[in-house]
Amino acid sequence: MKITEEMVDYVAALSRLALPEEEKADMAARLEQIVSYMDVLNTLDTGGVEPMSHVFPLKNVLREDRVIPSQARAELLAGAPEPDEAAFLVPRTVE
Amino acid sequence: MELYELTALELGACLRRGEVSQEEVCAAARARIAAAQPENNAFLTLAEEIPPAPDLTASPLAGVPMAYKDNLCTRGVRTTCASKILGNFVPPYDAGAVERLSAAGAVPMGKLNMDEFAMGSTSETSFYGPVKNPWDLTRAPGGSSGGAAAAVAAGEIWYAIGSDTGGSIRQPAACCGVTGMKPTYGAVSRYGLIAYASSLDQIGPIARSAADCAAVLDVIRGRDRRDGTSLEAPAGSLLAGLTGDVRGLRIGLPAGCFGDGLDPASRRAVQGAAEVLRARGARVEACELPLADYAVPAYYIIACAEASSNLSRFDGVKYGRRAEHCRDLGELYCKTRTEGFGAEVKRRILLGTFVLSAGYYDAYYKKALQVKALIKDAFDRAFRQFDLLLTPVTPAAPPRLGESLGDPLRMYLSDVYTVPVNLAGLPALSMPCGFDGQGLPIGAQLIGPALGDAAVLNAAHAFQLETGYHKKRPKGGTAP
Repeated sequence: MKITEEMVDYVAALSRLALPEEEKADMAARLEQIVSYMDVLNTLDTGGVEPMSHVFPLKNVLREDRVIPSQARAELLAGAPEPDEAAFLVPRTVE
Repeated sequence: MELYELTALELGACLRRGEVSQEEVCAAARARIAAAQPENNAFLTLAEEIPPAPDLTASPLAGVPMAYKDNLCTRGVRTTCASKILGNFVPPYDAGAVERLSAAGAVPMGKLNMDEFAMGSTSETSFYGPVKNPWDLTRAPGGSSGGAAAAVAAGEIWYAIGSDTGGSIRQPAACCGVTGMKPTYGAVSRYGLIAYASSLDQIGPIARSAADCAAVLDVIRGRDRRDGTSLEAPAGSLLAGLTGDVRGLRIGLPAGCFGDGLDPASRRAVQGAAEVLRARGARVEACELPLADYAVPAYYIIACAEASSNLSRFDGVKYGRRAEHCRDLGELYCKTRTEGFGAEVKRRILLGTFVLSAGYYDAYYKKALQVKALIKDAFDRAFRQFDLLLTPVTPAAPPRLGESLGDPLRMYLSDVYTVPVNLAGLPALSMPCGFDGQGLPIGAQLIGPALGDAAVLNAAHAFQLETGYHKKRPKGGTAP
């Protein structure tokens, strides 16, 4: 399958990544090589096979909704690039 | 005999008998690390404080120096995932496995180098420089837990905790001549393990022997309410269950794993391991394991898809490094991620986003999940006839540094023997079983059915009772 630079731009935008112009052609070529290899799966008939997301038959179970202590706010904020006393700060998002 | 030549269990016993003091043991580890680190770059962070002497009755491993792969969160100790984007992140909590080991008297010496976000098979994608193989410093140690395997091989620590998503414990263990075990999916809580592909990731030990691995797993396995996929540990100790008795055990050698793609020295060594087990009474036979050729593409589709989702949390807001001079939130996300992730991580995020994107989801992601079901089914059928399977771990000796960096597909293909196990959630162990013509270690992989961890460890233990490969040490400049 052909991977174009436009497709690379599209998935990069979805991924919140911005590749420099000089890297796009190489990334497209690498992805094309890998995706073409993945196309080998098309030689396998999977008609009627249920897709398996988890190897063990896990079921959702309900538990009592209890409040238990989580991390201390100050400890969590201490690792942030730009916190104040109560929150993570980011550039203005609403005019 | 030098302290570093002991196994973790032997050193633990020496400590309990008072034959060596905690200070002497820690000093010996520090001296080994100081000598080896400039050569192999196995550590990213060294513990600064001398830990308080642990209660030596807490576990058979109490007091034994060890280290964690740097994708396990350690309270108060920098955790980087070998990525620029995490910067000097200091977690405010310990991973579940770290909590259990602390309670068992583990003595952590630091955090171990790895492929960035565990994405790689050579430990060369680390932002902090590649790890080098103690057996040949011009070669990679395997990956992604390359720092863990190299540090154990070089005698810097007695065991390490790694993670295995597609072979990341077993493959470096094979490349460095040590023993590594990926337990059944769910055996060890993933709480505090920085996620790569959550449905495949599993924590496990890298050590000098199968017995050491059993002792570590006895400590770290079990249910943790903070990981909904974690399982209750089966009753009984894995260590106590090591009888070395493999009489009547049915071991299958999948014929497809011994084909043309395998280095002849590896074929001889792994078949030799089968003979050793046969001589101890196991019934070894060739078998079929179909679909193995489809495991690598299915694995990379699923792993990259999950990675593209998991790594969306690295946005420069809550922790880690943030790009400077951003005018709005979109630019902050984009610039932080573009500056913070390395080439291989970006490639996998883009691949994962692609296989999940509209128009390609059915052809790639859904298809891969169907192939996963077929691969699990193939293992289920094999385990109706056999108790364990024995295969190679890698197709060839570890590559020279730099050799595979420019060719990601070639690197992915080297995972052919290890990724099917993760897709099926099975326990598997890599044990040293010989050396190639250049003196590089070769590993053999024992695979068990789900929850068959004890049988895997016992067969490896039986092999190690008969052989000395796991006791061999690399020569090199690391003598104290």
